[in-house]
Amino acid sequence: MSAGSHRVRAGGRIDRNEPRVFSLDGRRLTGYRGDTLASALLAAGVSVVGRSFKYHRPRGFVTAGVDEPNGLFTLGEGGRAEPNAQGTVVQLTDGLRAASQNAWPSVRFDWGAVNSWIAPVLQAGFYYKTFMGPTRRAWMFYERFIRRAAGLGAARHDPDPDRYDTHYLFTDVLVIGAGPAGLSAALAAGRSGARVLLIEQDGLLGGTLLSDPVTGQTEPWRARLEAELQSLPEVRILRHTTALGVYDGNTAILLTRRDHCAPDPGNGEALQILTSVRAKAVIHSTGATERPLVFPDNDRPGVMMASAVRTYLNRYAVACGRHAVVLTNNDSAYAAAFDLAPQIDRVTVVDVRRALHPALTAKAASLGVEVHAATAVTGVLGRTRVRGVTLTPIDGARSRSAPCDLLCVSGGWSPMVHLSSHGGIRPRYQADSAAFVPGGYAPGHFGAGALTGRFSLGEAVQTGWRAGLRAAAECGFERVSADPPAEPEGVAPWDTANHRIEPVWALGGARAGKAFVDFQNDVTVRDLAIAHQEGYESVEHLKRFTTLGMGTDQGKTSNINALAIMAGLRGIELPEAGTTTFRPPFVPARLGALAGRHVGQHFRPVRRSPLHAWHLGHGAQMIEAGPWLRPWYYRWAGETVERAYLEEMRRVREAVGLSDVSTLGKIDVQGPDAAEFLDRLYVNGFARLPVGKARYGVMLNDAGTILDDGTTTRLAETRYFMTTTTAGAAEVMSWLEFLVQTAWPELRVHVSSVTDEWAGIAVAGPKARAVLERALPGWDVSNEALPHMGCLEIEWDRMPVRLIRLSFSGELAYELYVPADYGTAFWEHLLSSGEPFGIRPYGLEALASLRIEKGHVAGAEVDPRLTLNDLGLGRMARPEKPFIGRELAARPLLDSPERPSLVGLECLEPGQRLRGGAILFAASDELKGHGRGYVTSVTWSPTLGKFIALGFYAGGLRHVGEEIVCAFPLYGERVRARITSPVFLDPKGERLHA
Amino acid sequence: MLRIHCPLCGERPYTEFRYGGDAGKHRPVHGAGGIEAWHDHLFLFENAKGPHREFWQHVQGCRQWLIAVRDTATNIVADVALARDARGLEPQGPGER
Amino acid sequence: MMRYSLPRLVGHALRDRPWPRAWRKATPRSHYDVVIVGGGGHGLATAYYLAANHGVRRVAVLERSYIGSGNVGRNTTLVRSNYMMNGSTQFFEFSLKLWEGLSQALNFNVMLSQRGQIVLGHSPAQMDGLARRGNTMLLNGIEAELLDRGQVQRLLPYLDYSPAARFPIAGGLLQRRAGTVRHDAVAWGYARAADSLGVDILEGCEVSGFLLDAGGVHGVQTSRGRILADRVALAVAGHSSQLAALAGLRLPIESHLLQAFVTEPIKPFVDHVISFGAELFYLSQSDKGGLVFGGHIDGFNSFTQRGQFPKAQGVAQCALALIPGMSRLKLLRHWAGIQDMTPDGGPFICRTPVRNLYFNGGWCYQGFKATPAVGWCLADTIARDEEHPLVRCYGLERFAQGGASLDEYGHGHWTYRH
Repeated sequence: MSAGSHRVRAGGRIDRNEPRVFSLDGRRLTGYRGDTLASALLAAGVSVVGRSFKYHRPRGFVTAGVDEPNGLFTLGEGGRAEPNAQGTVVQLTDGLRAASQNAWPSVRFDWGAVNSWIAPVLQAGFYYKTFMGPTRRAWMFYERFIRRAAGLGAARHDPDPDRYDTHYLFTDVLVIGAGPAGLSAALAAGRSGARVLLIEQDGLLGGTLLSDPVTGQTEPWRARLEAELQSLPEVRILRHTTALGVYDGNTAILLTRRDHCAPDPGNGEALQILTSVRAKAVIHSTGATERPLVFPDNDRPGVMMASAVRTYLNRYAVACGRHAVVLTNNDSAYAAAFDLAPQIDRVTVVDVRRALHPALTAKAASLGVEVHAATAVTGVLGRTRVRGVTLTPIDGARSRSAPCDLLCVSGGWSPMVHLSSHGGIRPRYQADSAAFVPGGYAPGHFGAGALTGRFSLGEAVQTGWRAGLRAAAECGFERVSADPPAEPEGVAPWDTANHRIEPVWALGGARAGKAFVDFQNDVTVRDLAIAHQEGYESVEHLKRFTTLGMGTDQGKTSNINALAIMAGLRGIELPEAGTTTFRPPFVPARLGALAGRHVGQHFRPVRRSPLHAWHLGHGAQMIEAGPWLRPWYYRWAGETVERAYLEEMRRVREAVGLSDVSTLGKIDVQGPDAAEFLDRLYVNGFARLPVGKARYGVMLNDAGTILDDGTTTRLAETRYFMTTTTAGAAEVMSWLEFLVQTAWPELRVHVSSVTDEWAGIAVAGPKARAVLERALPGWDVSNEALPHMGCLEIEWDRMPVRLIRLSFSGELAYELYVPADYGTAFWEHLLSSGEPFGIRPYGLEALASLRIEKGHVAGAEVDPRLTLNDLGLGRMARPEKPFIGRELAARPLLDSPERPSLVGLECLEPGQRLRGGAILFAASDELKGHGRGYVTSVTWSPTLGKFIALGFYAGGLRHVGEEIVCAFPLYGERVRARITSPVFLDPKGERLHA
Repeated sequence: MLRIHCPLCGERPYTEFRYGGDAGKHRPVHGAGGIEAWHDHLFLFENAKGPHREFWQHVQGCRQWLIAVRDTATNIVADVALARDARGLEPQGPGER
Repeated sequence: MMRYSLPRLVGHALRDRPWPRAWRKATPRSHYDVVIVGGGGHGLATAYYLAANHGVRRVAVLERSYIGSGNVGRNTTLVRSNYMMNGSTQFFEFSLKLWEGLSQALNFNVMLSQRGQIVLGHSPAQMDGLARRGNTMLLNGIEAELLDRGQVQRLLPYLDYSPAARFPIAGGLLQRRAGTVRHDAVAWGYARAADSLGVDILEGCEVSGFLLDAGGVHGVQTSRGRILADRVALAVAGHSSQLAALAGLRLPIESHLLQAFVTEPIKPFVDHVISFGAELFYLSQSDKGGLVFGGHIDGFNSFTQRGQFPKAQGVAQCALALIPGMSRLKLLRHWAGIQDMTPDGGPFICRTPVRNLYFNGGWCYQGFKATPAVGWCLADTIARDEEHPLVRCYGLERFAQGGASLDEYGHGHWTYRH
């Protein structure tokens, strides 16, 4: 058929003045504005658009919406390539490039179709029964082929150039779906004055009404409601917007697609927007989807849902065939037959029911539509396109074949119960409409329209209106308009609530040919029979064994047929079979849309010290330290970290260096009971700490293991300045608040985080005091005025400075805290003051190495798996003083002297090195198992001229002097080392007291 | 999304809060209670399927620790109070020990 | 048991012969040697090994719903043995070894795919932690390889190595024998094999109480009547506390939700299991083509089996931090399982204070990969009334004793931090 040959001359909601040029597999095609990719392809006479998952059977479009199982394409190219896009929902845009999937070399001729020859072997669950030999790893061999055969489209690894945004909305009433019920509901709620958010996945409002002839009698009603809704100030309408899920707290997650607007990411425009909306009331007017009938070869291209055929005809002006057979078990499909009849050559209705509504048969006769009652379609002729059907009377008379090029099918309607089920309310079976409907609604949720299993237009308008009023009332808005909108004119007499459905679940003998239940995953009636034979008959087993409903369409069209067929096999009623659980999202959603702007450097917020810009401007190589970026090393000292940190260390040991310690947690503890509070918190005492003095403290958690450590300074009788580790800052702050607010509210104490208020600068080295004397003229910083662990609150340039003499490096050292905004100025002041003494900045690597030489624990040693004794700090605890964790720290096995505890290690083998993560063994041990300990921190010590390390070793310092083995089998290394005290440098502390 | 009504800040998504676990148990008095009391307090849980008293801290708001009564089978939060105020009250319902 | 094989499959296909049931629809007997409560992977595996290893065949598995309805069918299908803490290292390696012969042992293809797992490190400190883990593995006879950034890039060229990466990749730890298993097949395969050895699998059988006396437990009250048993074992992850309470036990367990996520099926995209180092996040690709993501628990006690959406957003963000190109892939489904969380992230397999009552639970994130070893060791523990040597560290009393930690990552004693 030639391109464009299926387009009807007039009508539809397409704009024939605005052609859209697009391509499929490189073939140039033209459609119109208002088309979907599917309607444009159907108009062009393209019948085979995909290949099925398992058997690679040729497939065409089946539906016209989000339930489409077959028509999946890869759209776009390079960084914009998107696999598995449903052609039925893709708006046609100029230049759209689509490619078919899962076929080689093409969908018309696909080598994968050889699978069809061995199809009987590829039955449900075949892979559980084979591929187990000849060797144990045999599956790894077969898997490569299976993986290549599986999957639908191909994805690319290129970065995505597009942007995505996240919005947050609040509303009184959320109306999901703008079909007749939703429009009616939104109007009722809107007129009451409530804030209404009406969302519609389509670009147009109206739902099923859009499938009526545009010149028909429902259109004025639709247009009138849309106009009034748009005029209401508190009504907001989001088109192209799908509700992905309804979650706790009346929160709905919406996805708005803006593809058709061609947003420009360079201009900050988002391709898709994810909206989290909190509603006081939610109206579910999500409608229903038409379900197929199951009969042999019901998957041939040209077998389509009757309502979809009608949509293509009336909305897109596409006649999907010239000679249609309409197969149905209910009245709704007649609308398609009647609309098609004047437009194409011939229409025949095949109805499995015996008794038909006289108005239907009369109308059919008037349009020249032949109707065969009590007849079924039991076979389809044609492979890549329907050529005819086999008709079999229900009473068993002889079959005959009838030619056609289009088979329209209606097996009834399935309400879209997904969203109303996300909260955990299971759907219930409503027998008279042969449909699963919501089993109930969460408080503040209401259902309307076809979702409730009432499919007529009149019911949609009425139930929508009532739901709208009730939802508004729920939000405190009483009705202001008593008049429901008049129902649309011209409702057919056969438009009844249940379409007089007589459910049938499988036609034509389940076992003959391939009768598909799930098109996308190639699940047939035979597969269901096998599942039943083998006992995989509960609905979840059925799903998992056959993969039914696990495709990208998530079984929107297939589930109920499968459940019913299985119920039949088991000899139970359909409701007893139950349903599978409906999981969000309702339609597949891009990960990019979920991630929003939290990508690249914005993945997680970066915390920066007040000195960050200075570091970057002065040759610092930064490194991640939890959420922070900190200077790792500075280029003044070397181009690589290996060279630079040694130079920085040397500067500190021999002259003076300064380092940014702003990332330490800082907490202001104030109140008459501050001292008591800290005494309870730390293992060691702080109540008797004199004002103006600092002390190192360790906190345990309730379990008696390490929580955090740091230095706390008493600024006044009732005020302390606490520092915590960088990593533990947030946790410690919350813990302090917990204690103050819940455990010990009787204590008169307040805690405030001041981490961001103060910049912290460490000045360390033998010349540190000389630098301060120059930097802070007029202040006495002598050893007498400011001894080790002393504190002065002073001023520089009328700005407060907290000057605490304490040392992490083991050198004469100070920490200076200044208001964050002055951090850079003060840092530069210290640098210039220290210039005569050779002051230089040093980074995290040098900081860590300096403290290893001094045996200070940090990082890997501050570990909640460890105890105070493990860190060799047991003597800090004052047993007579209760402190947090005291009781559980005394658990018998935690007290064992054989636990690994902190030791120093020095490397005994020249040319070899120690490594973090090495496992420690005694010299005589066999190197296997978990060893006696492990290495946590390693550095080359320029001071000692060898590799040294901190680690944990069973029995700890009792083994000082022993030679042990550090095993690093990952590199095939075993290195001899000697156990030493963890304090490698200046054990008497002469340097820091200098 | 789970939402918690902070008595000071109003109803907020749970992502603004830090979870603090079971609040249905009495913390042993500081310095009192032996290993067993602290072990039971810290390590044994009723783990109620139903109303559950639990701590939440509004870390991205007022930073107050709260005690919420939430049904763990439905996620419906029945009651929230400042832990400071709620502390004197005996635990109610299934959280009681 | 009818053996599954390719010839038989072809024979059945050609002649369209019906298959026998994979497991019988059993009716409860009045008395069993052992009743196992919970028809998930653990319970079924235990029944199988009781029958296969110990000749105990009068065994019933009681399942409230359908077998495999709990976490064995809701997990991210990962198996590995890269554990560092003494006790776990050996246990999970034993489990992986059992996985390696499981399809053949059960005559049911569980599709063990040893595609390798790479745990990424993003800082020198993390690399030290990975080194300790890898060294421990090698010293316990488990293969491991420490990769530098360049080696990771050669293996996984599609990760983000650009300057825009928020957490640059420093290297990784590779276990080549780690991989994935078809999760449902595990429950079905064990059920079928256990059934063929005479085990009764009773679906739709909910336990409402234990028959207790001074001598301990001697049966259970169920929705299908009273069932007497010499020994009773609990394997009901997610609801351990509720069942144990019926026997008067309070456990160091809280129930939390763990979500899993799967994308639409695509052609082969990722050939390994990849674990992010900056946050708890990992991904693999199923044989069907969907990318499967796992992350952290939702973070508060819950039995709702439905997750919170912000977790899905967080997982998507992690996914894109690893492979920015996944931005255009679509999330197909997310769901939640209820898992037992414990104060040290470690499990329990042990006797209980109630005589003849055995407990298995507290598996946190690791229940699936443990399945064969749980079955093996729990069966042994029941049959001998003494803990199997591999699970002696998994006792309920360990928190009172303060024994060696099982806390693999040093998260502390909060159940919801692990």
